[in-house]
Amino acid sequence: MKIKLLCLVIFFNFSVYATSNEILNENQIHKNLRCLVCQGQSISDSNSEFAQTLKMVVKDLIKQGKTEDEIYNFLSDKYGDWILYKPKFNYENFLLWSFPYLVLVFGGFIIVFLIKKRQKKT
Amino acid sequence: MQKTIKLITVSLLVFILGIFYLSLNRSSNYDTKFLVGSKLADIELKGLQSKEFFTNDDFKNNKYTLINFWASWCAPCRVEHPYLMMLSKNKDIKILGINFKDKKINALKFLEELGNPYDYLAKDNYGKQSVNFGIYGIPESILIDSKFNILKKIIGPINAKDIKEIKEIIKS
Repeated sequence: MKIKLLCLVIFFNFSVYATSNEILNENQIHKNLRCLVCQGQSISDSNSEFAQTLKMVVKDLIKQGKTEDEIYNFLSDKYGDWILYKPKFNYENFLLWSFPYLVLVFGGFIIVFLIKKRQKKT
Repeated sequence: MQKTIKLITVSLLVFILGIFYLSLNRSSNYDTKFLVGSKLADIELKGLQSKEFFTNDDFKNNKYTLINFWASWCAPCRVEHPYLMMLSKNKDIKILGINFKDKKINALKFLEELGNPYDYLAKDNYGKQSVNFGIYGIPESILIDSKFNILKKIIGPINAKDIKEIKEIIKS
């Protein structure tokens, strides 16, 4: 009896965990997908026909076992990178991703230069 | 050293201004016309009137196929309908009508009232299939050749200019 109860508890916990994980992933994906017919909204925030359709498609793709990246790739093939709030890291977006780091390095370089210059004066 | 810093600063400024210039001159209207030139995904659609399925095999023998997403509740679909009727008389092109998120009875009533320009009638009850075609609103139409290359994408209702362009593509 105890073993049966234990199995039931484990099964219940596992299904709750699996469900919450699926919901989390779905919401996470929805938040990164732009509603193309709305003004600055993700499909997570929108109830438009287009957003509802995309939510269904994302659900289906998750059920088919597609990963988050595979879903993004599928949708950006159909609608372009504009559908993604977080742009992909590719050669077209290389500068977009690397520019803040370049500015950081360049800024550091200037600071070091100014400090050295000040030290020389004193 | 100071020269290097000046050079880098000027380069950065030029770069930033260049980005601004390019962004301001770019059209801010989103569309999916970049799909022109790519191949269409696999087609798998349920028939509107029958239980048959339409796949790529049904269209591979057509010289040109126009895929048109429409619905009886869509007002611009009524506007483009006479143009589709006109195009349906052309023997070099077949028209696949995909009825989008609609009721069968209303769709058939619409065709009875305005005429049926479609050689194939399919349905997309939940709109899921439309994503495969990069559709984000209706009416939208896609012109493909026998190898499923996308030749033209029309977002919004078809007009006289589109018909002229389609006819030019068919002639060439």
